[in-house]
Amino acid sequence: MRPSNLLLSLTFLSTLLLTSCFKSKEQEYENTADIPVSREMIAELTSPPNVPTPVGRRKAKKLIVKMEILEKEGEMTDGVKYMYWTFGGTVPGSFIRTRVGDEVEFHLQNHPDNKLPHNIDMHAVTGPGGGAESSFVAPGHEKTFSFKTLNPGLYVYHCATAPVGMHIANGMYGLILVEPEGGLPPVDKEYYIMQGDFYTKGANGERGLQPFDMQKAVDEKADYVVFNGKVGALTGDNALTAKVGETVRLFVGNGGPGLVSSFHVIGEIFDRVHVEGGDLINENVQTTLIPAGGAAMMEFKVEVPGTFILVDHSIFRAFNKGALGMLKVEGEKNKTLYSGEIRDDIYLPEGPGIQNMPTTDEIIASEIPAKSFEEQMEFGKQAYMQTCFACHQGEGQGIPHAFPPLAKSDYLNADVDRAIGIVLHGKTGEITVNGETYNSVMTRQMLSSDEIANVLTYVYNSWGNSKKVVTKEMVDKVKNSK
Amino acid sequence: MKNLTFRFLLVLLVVQTLAHSQSKGMVFIEGSRYIPLYGRDSTVVEVKNFEMDIYPVTNLEYLNFLKENPKWQKSNILKLFSDKSYLANWNSNLELKPTENLNSPATYISWYAAKAYCECQGKRLPTVDEWEYAAMADETTRDARVKPSFNKKILAWYEAPHSNEDTIGLHPKNVWGVYDLHGLVWEWTLDFNSVLITGESRKDVDKDSNLFCGSASLNATDLMNYAAFMRYAIRGSLKAKYAMKNLGFRCVKPVKN
Repeated sequence: MRPSNLLLSLTFLSTLLLTSCFKSKEQEYENTADIPVSREMIAELTSPPNVPTPVGRRKAKKLIVKMEILEKEGEMTDGVKYMYWTFGGTVPGSFIRTRVGDEVEFHLQNHPDNKLPHNIDMHAVTGPGGGAESSFVAPGHEKTFSFKTLNPGLYVYHCATAPVGMHIANGMYGLILVEPEGGLPPVDKEYYIMQGDFYTKGANGERGLQPFDMQKAVDEKADYVVFNGKVGALTGDNALTAKVGETVRLFVGNGGPGLVSSFHVIGEIFDRVHVEGGDLINENVQTTLIPAGGAAMMEFKVEVPGTFILVDHSIFRAFNKGALGMLKVEGEKNKTLYSGEIRDDIYLPEGPGIQNMPTTDEIIASEIPAKSFEEQMEFGKQAYMQTCFACHQGEGQGIPHAFPPLAKSDYLNADVDRAIGIVLHGKTGEITVNGETYNSVMTRQMLSSDEIANVLTYVYNSWGNSKKVVTKEMVDKVKNSK
Repeated sequence: MKNLTFRFLLVLLVVQTLAHSQSKGMVFIEGSRYIPLYGRDSTVVEVKNFEMDIYPVTNLEYLNFLKENPKWQKSNILKLFSDKSYLANWNSNLELKPTENLNSPATYISWYAAKAYCECQGKRLPTVDEWEYAAMADETTRDARVKPSFNKKILAWYEAPHSNEDTIGLHPKNVWGVYDLHGLVWEWTLDFNSVLITGESRKDVDKDSNLFCGSASLNATDLMNYAAFMRYAIRGSLKAKYAMKNLGFRCVKPVKN
């Protein structure tokens, strides 16, 4: 060895020693496969919209995940039942939170009552089938396999047993998060949301237990597009919450099987989006695309109070098929950031008139007419929650200055035929209800005579009204008198 | 002369009935060549004439078998031939749990036990080809697989829970006179594990190019593929010692031509 070379290697050696001194605590591995694991830990699994505790600074561990598969009946929306196939009893399945370098020992348990074999394909797995091959499990059995998390990111997992599309369409998907070394930056609130499309034999809203419709699924004509497995999983009492000034992180996945999501929060801008759940960060995003079988992480600070609506901005899915959630933010108003309504003026360039929903003039009568008062009330409530709730609100209280109340309503109780007429034909112009003046528009409602009878009976027998019973005949009389 | 012809005809008739004389509780199924959806090689297979049990084996029938063959009783069965779930719906060797019905299909039975049962009756388990052949008939046609309604009905059953608790014979019989091939329980077949399903169904599709081409070219049959896929999936997930809540069996008997 020549002296100059010797000098060089000496310098090199000392640098190496020095750096290794500095690195004594946090050793970095070029190859994540080399990260050693210490000790065992049972993974915390959570059902949506909750997520497990962040990994923080914990070391890589042997992480034991026990996931049970359950085929069980649930409610798609009011009055509509569906046979869900689930990971952990929920759609989407339980959230799994790991860090890079973890060795995950995965136990997949197929409940003995289940009818079908299942397996799991995790997009976070590097290996054939994402684990599907090793986890194929018959009812009443448990399969175990293990894998090391090599790439940080947010990943979808799903069932991959034939027929794959059907297993996914019935709800067999969820998210697994692999956090980088040291964890994701801390935030105030974290939530888990997953979109899915459902294909039922009956049309949207048709009552009863609805079987899966393979032909509609093949055609990708979804009857329901929902967040977290059902209509209303994230609205009303189930709404996500935050306080003004907090930073919210959403883990959003899309199970599909068919549709791509244009995920958007009305009235918010995502400060940071981990595009497709990977390392790439985009800032100031309005709507982010989430492919079927993909995911994204988004962070935003909520600055003003109010209800922010989460939608798939393929917007008919949101308002007609169920892809709608809510984030309720509480706290002090900030008039500089958002003023609220300043003035309300009348503007009628095309003259007043009743707005019509586009219609084929063909309202299919409900195939199951109510047989008793109790059934009328039950079906009426379902129709109310689907049709009237948005404006007249859950307790019929309406919205001051905008939508008149139905509770203890003098206008409603005064004339039943008029009320039937309004549901049939719509209403526009000034009316006075309980001493308040309202001037807005109600469109004609696409309900059959049976459904109108049910919903009005429900309204008349709730919230301190006159307890009238409305029959189909009464509705038909008003319908034909015009 | 007339008399002779008559006698000859009579003899012929007797021979004919003898040839097709049916065993008790079984019906005759005329063999044929057909293309299974997802068989060993997805080509034409030939099924010879055979007889098939009209109903799946019931708890009552299995109880009688257990009385005569103590070695298949719950506490006596060899570990090699069953798993822990064997007869999990029985309280003891000869007593069903009170919630169970004697007229329901016998389930929680391993392949070994099912095979032994059939052999004791001088029968055997059906092959996958035989089972699929008999099961593609609906009430009026021998091959109903192209009818969307037939396949929808089958798919709907695959989703319905607890059907194993039903009694036998509640669904209409098919054109052969066989009940409950669909709608009640899965059924063991003799060669259930001859279809190599790895559990990675998408890979299976790639591996079996016949199947892949078949399913791609027969667009109208997507639905029937799906129903069959699910049966092959459940068969692929089994091992001979498994005993499951939703898995029963019935027997067949070859017919000499």
